[in-house]
Amino acid sequence: MFVIKCPYCGERDQTEFSCHGEAHIARPENPETLTDEEWGEYLFIRSNKKGIHYERWTHDHGCRRWFNVMRDTVSDEILATYKMGEEKPKS
Amino acid sequence: MKYSAINLVRNAFSYHENWQKAWSSPELKKEYDVIIVGGGGHGLGTAYYLAKEFGVKNIALLEKGWIGGGNTGRNTTIIRSNYLWDESAALYNHAVNLWEGLSSELNFNVMFSQRGLYHLAHSVHDMQEITRRAYSNYLNGIDAEILNQDQVKKNIPHMNVNGRYPVLGAILQRRAGTARHDAVAWGYARAAENLGVDIIQNCEVTGIDVSNGTVTGVQTTKGSVNAKKVGLVPAGHSSVLANMAGFRLPISSVPLQALVSEPIKPILDCVIMSNTVHVYVSQSDKGELVVGAGSDSYNSYSQRGSFDMIEHIMGPLTELFPIFSRLKMLRQWGGIVDVTPDRSPIIGKTPIENLFINCGWGTGGFKATPGSAHVFAETVAKGEPNKIAAPFSIERHFSGALVDEAAAAAVAH
Repeated sequence: MFVIKCPYCGERDQTEFSCHGEAHIARPENPETLTDEEWGEYLFIRSNKKGIHYERWTHDHGCRRWFNVMRDTVSDEILATYKMGEEKPKS
Repeated sequence: MKYSAINLVRNAFSYHENWQKAWSSPELKKEYDVIIVGGGGHGLGTAYYLAKEFGVKNIALLEKGWIGGGNTGRNTTIIRSNYLWDESAALYNHAVNLWEGLSSELNFNVMFSQRGLYHLAHSVHDMQEITRRAYSNYLNGIDAEILNQDQVKKNIPHMNVNGRYPVLGAILQRRAGTARHDAVAWGYARAAENLGVDIIQNCEVTGIDVSNGTVTGVQTTKGSVNAKKVGLVPAGHSSVLANMAGFRLPISSVPLQALVSEPIKPILDCVIMSNTVHVYVSQSDKGELVVGAGSDSYNSYSQRGSFDMIEHIMGPLTELFPIFSRLKMLRQWGGIVDVTPDRSPIIGKTPIENLFINCGWGTGGFKATPGSAHVFAETVAKGEPNKIAAPFSIERHFSGALVDEAAAAAVAH
């Protein structure tokens, strides 16, 4: 079980949070011009990285805000947490 | 040597010391017609059906650890086919049909036990869902019975049907049940080797060789091998292998865990699952309760589930069966499952010529083992998707023709 450092509230138990998948996937600006392949890529295709993974979490039972987590998916070690819109830390 | 009563008696005279090994450890050759990557039930079965039904002679199966040591040995052994959509019904029922003859086909007792599976309904909506699914099952030739609360209570007297989420009824599939998961891997391995398949354990694939868009072989920890065709059946590590070949998948790999209790005398003669309170339980032939529930929400390759999930598993279990609250849980473990957006598998071709993939079985692949292996073997042998496998291509994520089992039938188990 993780202890996650919410950028707004500090360290809290994992049960207060939920994970919402890979971060830094920008919604395409002109969806109507995309091909089926490009739209499918945006909607469904994921890096599913074994190693350093950037992902979105929400602090459901706390401030209810979204933020990003940088985590190693092999050891489950959390390497950094940062606010939405901030640059992702280098791995 | 054929396993039979006569051979059992014959070997008793030599104190059972002269049974031949069920499979050997051959050296990796330099070239094969087909290489299957992944020595779980689906991969071993694929190698078996390739050799048995599709006449492929020169096959290697590469497994990075030991056969059956991944998700095949980590699941809760539940088998059923009462899925909602026609495509899934065809696939999972193909598997149940094969399960019914598997022990005699492989000459290995996989302990397939059709003890019946009750999927509980706890609300009016649940009752509507299982009724809709039962009618869909009838149309696809899959057995289904809708039971009311009294019938459920009569069949499963220990169950508390008046809990926080009362049990209003259940959909019962009598052909569903369990099998011995290790025996499935061992049975397929033994039968495949008898047909000449090289089963290479402790051989991790580290790279996939592609030339002009066609696969030519693989790099392994035991050296490089050439192959005319390669079939990937890697479960949790699907994306890792796809990356080696230069493409990405619509998959997230997440932990799913299970527990077993101390062994007790027979108390539960069927499989119980509930989507709403989310738990599934059966009793093994050893007497242990085998219990599982949902997967974690975050990606991980650690093969460890999160601690709080155990409470989410045990809470619904003890609510449904207060009598189980006195039991000690003996073991807990996790596996990494590869989940797709529509909770249906991916079986078919890849962007690389002669490279095929069978993955995305998520939280419920064990039940499909023989069916999955059989349709994938035909796909690899013929180079075109088998009829049952065709709707499960990667392409459906671009065309929009998803086989969406996420909402109803494909509860984690």
